[in-house]
Amino acid sequence: MAPATAADAPVAVELEGVGRAYGERVALRDVTLTLPRGATVAVFGANGAGKTTLLRILATLLRPHAGRAAVLGSALPDEGWKVRGRVGLLGHEPMLYRDLTVHENLRFHARLHDVATARIGELVDAVGLGGRADEPVHTLSRGMTQRAAICRATLHAPELLLLDEPLANLDPGGALAVAPLIGRQAGPARVLISHDVEQGLGEADWVLGLRGGRQAFFAPAAEVEVKDVRGLYA
Amino acid sequence: MRRVVGALVRKDLRLELRTRESVPAMLMFSVSTFVLFHFGLDRDRLAGDLAAGVLWVTLLFAAVLGMNRLFVAEHEQGGFDGFLLAPVDRTALFVAKAAVLLAFLAVVELAAVPAFAVLLLGPSDGGALPGLVAVLALADLGIAVVGTLVGALAVQTRARDLLVPLIALPLLLPVVIAAAHATAPLFAEAGAGALPGRWLLVLALYDAVFGLLAFGVFDFLLED
Amino acid sequence: MVFGRGLRPLSIASAALLTSAFALVFFYAPNDADQGFVQKIFYLHVPLAIVALCGFVAGGVYGLRYLRSGDRAHDLRSYVSIHLSLVLAVGALLTGSIWAKASWGHWWVWQEPTLVSFLIVFLLYACYQPLRFSIEDPERQARYAAVFAVVAGAFVPLNFMAVRMAESLTHPRVLSTTGGAMPGSMRLTFLVALAGMACLFVTLCKYELASKHASMQLRRLKRRLAGDEGLVPLERSAAPQRL
Repeated sequence: MAPATAADAPVAVELEGVGRAYGERVALRDVTLTLPRGATVAVFGANGAGKTTLLRILATLLRPHAGRAAVLGSALPDEGWKVRGRVGLLGHEPMLYRDLTVHENLRFHARLHDVATARIGELVDAVGLGGRADEPVHTLSRGMTQRAAICRATLHAPELLLLDEPLANLDPGGALAVAPLIGRQAGPARVLISHDVEQGLGEADWVLGLRGGRQAFFAPAAEVEVKDVRGLYA
Repeated sequence: MRRVVGALVRKDLRLELRTRESVPAMLMFSVSTFVLFHFGLDRDRLAGDLAAGVLWVTLLFAAVLGMNRLFVAEHEQGGFDGFLLAPVDRTALFVAKAAVLLAFLAVVELAAVPAFAVLLLGPSDGGALPGLVAVLALADLGIAVVGTLVGALAVQTRARDLLVPLIALPLLLPVVIAAAHATAPLFAEAGAGALPGRWLLVLALYDAVFGLLAFGVFDFLLED
Repeated sequence: MVFGRGLRPLSIASAALLTSAFALVFFYAPNDADQGFVQKIFYLHVPLAIVALCGFVAGGVYGLRYLRSGDRAHDLRSYVSIHLSLVLAVGALLTGSIWAKASWGHWWVWQEPTLVSFLIVFLLYACYQPLRFSIEDPERQARYAAVFAVVAGAFVPLNFMAVRMAESLTHPRVLSTTGGAMPGSMRLTFLVALAGMACLFVTLCKYELASKHASMQLRRLKRRLAGDEGLVPLERSAAPQRL
């Protein structure tokens, strides 16, 4: 699904000693990992461990204060502009205008990213929003809004998906429906934050554990057990 | 750039049409203020610099209402993030928002200025109209530029609704000075006088300086 | 990085210049023909005004340098010059008001364009610290304050021009002296007073910079010794708290 790019970097994400502080409070310290293209890394950690900060740095929304970071072959923050448009972020906020309809939101998003609007129809149908796509977003339930947000995050066919609890408000039907877009088989490399330990481990190739902003471990998923992850929340 | 600005402007106009948050409020505020001035000054008719002053002060405060709301939707509904993730020139947001504020001001003035003429001005032959339109256009441009900058500055702070008028009003004072001095002869008792060109030049200079400055500095407000 | 370089010679120079200015004002400068003794407040009012304006513009320049380099030392310098200029601006307004009362009978005169422009500039810069205080994230606070400083700095000359144009058409300057051409004795006194005020401003800036920098270093040392947990968290502040 991901289009081939001219500079086809073999590695989707490469971090070395990355850190970020808010004033005196250190949100993230010394994170080092490498994520190959097409692979998935599951990020686990208690609330406040720095997961969202990490995601926002990878999305180029935050500048790293320490270390070296490279996303899709481009160094951050200097070459961050090359990365925009190739990354899809699904955060806590759906990033949809509540008073516009799903279609209007997606068309706006498509115009911003200079992407054809033709795909919008099929995307909307694929996630099961077909009938409600012409109603304002504030009339939709949390689950439907989440599906619409997933459409927004994948409309521009990103090469790297940054997912913050993507299945949070979805019913099992919804989870199935969005799997082709953001699941393992979708294609792009993924950074997945999840609180569902078994499910996250099952989907991942690599696992990153964060505790108090520091990296507890980064290992292939096969070597990580559920109890290691649960230890992060202790 | 044009595509992005167009998309942003269309989105904001559509939002305004649907929610009707800014323009009606600005308009109702203007008309109420005219009524307030009638009672506060205890006058039936205004002329000359008094009329110009009342008009411009009212329009300025109405503009502040618009400034306050300009970036609220972006801030509260994740619009900033959505825009920052797109592969576009970030100054497009400034251009788009300034254009939207300008459009709001134009629509409000289309109704408020006739209301002002009816409520507070004496009978006239409409000779003042072309001059008035020129002054309105130049002044609105300055208000839009500075208002967008201040709105963006204040939206991410805590005391947003207080800071916008506190910062914007002194910054826009030269606009008020120039616009009032330019409009005063147009509202003269004896019939519209000539438009003093000097003040139009001041307005144009202000627009140019602040336009360029805002263009250069706006990106820094969006970074993190 | 050392901020307090040259502090002692500067302090001595300020004291010397200000004392000589004082002496000159009272014993050397002539009394004004129309306004009498009271006109001497001009030697306090105008230097205060000029130095305050230069301080505001300097704040804008440092703000611009911060935006371009990201070096927080520039933000600290911008903050200090603007905040001290604000103090001087209050002084200029007060002395201007006293002068107006003594020579014109009113505590405020709209006809004096410099005084009016000053009021507007003061109202604008009075928002600087509240703006800083209302932003919690220190990096963003510095950046937004720098944008404000740059825009406000560019505004100062425009404002003066607009107000001067508005007032001078109808009223002559009220608080000018001898219609423009100053006799030599007045000029000398004025220049000494101006130099003294400028020296004082720079000295005060350096003192404040050195003091803030020392607090920051102290905190950094404490953190290294006691660790993050041993420190009392910083309160919200309008001033930059770490470099």
